[in-house]
Amino acid sequence: MATLAPPLQKNELAKTSNLKRPRRYAHRMYPHWFLLPGAAIYTVLFIAPTFASFYFAFTRWTLFDVQFIGFDNFVTFFTDPQLSKGFTNTLIYGVLTSGLKVVLGLLLGVLLTSNILARGYLRAVVFFPVLVSTVGVGITFQALMDPFDGAINRTLAIFGIEGPGWLTDPTLVLYSIIAVDVWKGVGLAALIYMAGLVAIPRDYYEAARVDGAGAWDNFRHITLPLVRPATTTVVILSLIGGLRSFELIWAMTGGGPGFSSDVVASVIYKQYAAGFYGLSTAGNVVLFVLVSAIILPLFLWLNRKQTDL
Amino acid sequence: MSSHSRRALMLAAAGVATVTLGLSGCAAGGGGSETEGAVTLTWFQGSGVETNIQTADALAAAFHKKNPDITVKVDASGPSDSAQLDNLMKTRLATGEMPDMFWYNSGSLLQALNPDQTMLNLKDEDFIDNLDDAWINSVSTENGIYGVPVQSAGGGGIFYNIPLYEELGLEVPKTWDEFLANAQKIKDAGHVAVEQTYGDTWTSQILTLADFYNVYASDEDWASQYTENKVNFADDPVAVKSFTKLQDLVEGGFLNVDFASAKLDDGLKAVATGTAANYPMLGFAQATIATNYPDNVDDVGFFGIPGESADKSGMTVWEPPALYAPANTPHPDAVKKFMAFIASPEGCDTITEALGVTGAYPVKGCTLPDGAPKIVADMLPYFDSGDLAPALEFLSPVKGPNLMQITVEVGSGIRDGKSGAELYDEDAAKQAQQLGLPGW
Repeated sequence: MATLAPPLQKNELAKTSNLKRPRRYAHRMYPHWFLLPGAAIYTVLFIAPTFASFYFAFTRWTLFDVQFIGFDNFVTFFTDPQLSKGFTNTLIYGVLTSGLKVVLGLLLGVLLTSNILARGYLRAVVFFPVLVSTVGVGITFQALMDPFDGAINRTLAIFGIEGPGWLTDPTLVLYSIIAVDVWKGVGLAALIYMAGLVAIPRDYYEAARVDGAGAWDNFRHITLPLVRPATTTVVILSLIGGLRSFELIWAMTGGGPGFSSDVVASVIYKQYAAGFYGLSTAGNVVLFVLVSAIILPLFLWLNRKQTDL
Repeated sequence: MSSHSRRALMLAAAGVATVTLGLSGCAAGGGGSETEGAVTLTWFQGSGVETNIQTADALAAAFHKKNPDITVKVDASGPSDSAQLDNLMKTRLATGEMPDMFWYNSGSLLQALNPDQTMLNLKDEDFIDNLDDAWINSVSTENGIYGVPVQSAGGGGIFYNIPLYEELGLEVPKTWDEFLANAQKIKDAGHVAVEQTYGDTWTSQILTLADFYNVYASDEDWASQYTENKVNFADDPVAVKSFTKLQDLVEGGFLNVDFASAKLDDGLKAVATGTAANYPMLGFAQATIATNYPDNVDDVGFFGIPGESADKSGMTVWEPPALYAPANTPHPDAVKKFMAFIASPEGCDTITEALGVTGAYPVKGCTLPDGAPKIVADMLPYFDSGDLAPALEFLSPVKGPNLMQITVEVGSGIRDGKSGAELYDEDAAKQAQQLGLPGW
């Protein structure tokens, strides 16, 4: 394919005498045909299933039979007693993980762009958990957080503290998982912040120093406003991730004890596993709408703020 | 211009070809190979339980010895997680890619596989006459019979530590009140009265499911009324006890401190070594005790979940899993020959040789050798006297998928028994609607 490109290019170049219109030239250099293989794959593997799911959401589907049942799945889904718990947990999970990643990510970003000892090593250490498999992290922490044999409570016991049942106490379990999620994801937030921080021109800080600004003033009035694009990225990415979060929760508790750490995604998974394919597809459509309804306005709002600067 | 668009078209065609090729590559079918009358059958199953793989291997080897021209290859590469295995089975059957035979549950889970459309019907085979009626009920629909038993039926109830009972001078309880009175004495003596292991979530539902004998004893017709949505757990004074019994245990403070995180093996260890006096469990776990704690095999006894009155005690029975074949197997005759072997005394003996005595076989003419381990020996009188009820999942296709989460909540004191029963009724309604049963 690559060998075909240069003659085409020359051909087009000769035809397009008007070089003052670079946009048209670019358009001609890459004809729409080039999109086709990618578009075909995208259509078959993504667009078609997405639209099929909108249909299957309105059916009772056993894989063998499909029966159209109108909005029944949505009614069942919304009257599901686990779901209100799932929604609350999803919101708590999304907002807390996102918020903590912003705060801790920014602090780590500032720390790791300043002149400290072993900076390269520390950057690697902070980023490392991002690279590890989520399920692996979940299983590891499940062992570490065991109320009796886990390393965390054994360590606390040395200091005479009786550790709680991190993953077995229904009031605590969601926050334990959030802590692990933040530990795992904060490295990426810090990385985005580091990129944002080094992009801030040094001149501002020098000018501020001349005006007698302290470290706090620098941070509050220069770093924080100018690092806003990074904040937007971190908020959006981690909020989407948090609202859709599933693997870590499933690996650590399976939504338990009982339904204490169920989120919308795990409720949907359990319905799917039970063979309620239509119902779980309806749930996914709801989750899709929910995430879009939260993320789109937030994205627009954050971006508008950015241009106000 | 024309050469340009022709080239582009070729590119596009190449792109589409790549996509279709890639997709059709996924569709390689299952099935065995055949040369000169020699047949190889593939037996597919999950990888979760070691003793199940041993069973399959033993049956395959014994059958091949007798029928050298048929080789059975056991493929235990299915996922160990039961939910994932369910989905794989459904997908393979729906797409016609199931190998010649597969191992799956009997009872309510079978119905979800839509056997009338997807499986080989064995209704007219002679060997069906060798199987007992309770078994046939658990592997049939209105139109057909689909499976043969690959292990023995076992009871569910309470495993108890005999030395501890003797030390405290306790009798095997005949009623639930006696059971609670015993538990109080055991607790007062400083031992764990009842072990629970919610770290393996499925173990939380054993007490509720095994209590079904008491519901059955109160009304033999309960299951069919349940299927028709005429009775439920929350409003039936007997059935609701299957949930409130869990509440009794947690409110009495009878449980081990680590009940929320302990796992099956912890529970078996506790009841085998005498750390705990009672553990609600299914008979199949006896094999694990025999393997891991051989010195304690005779220290563990068994009784059914006690009910209201002493003269109505019995045991809830789980039918064994089954071997089924997909409707589109290329070797139906060889498959049926193999199934006939399994549904015969020779098949039972092969399983006994591989696993030891684990319970009673639903195959006529099968005998058990003497010297059964204590847990199984304690089950046999129930089989002899007929004080038995099949577990609800073998009588009704309605089984809610979230029972184990609900029983964890009730069993940990997060939710009371009555509201647990109500929640389970709602959960079961979803399953009934999915199956399209009348009356829901």
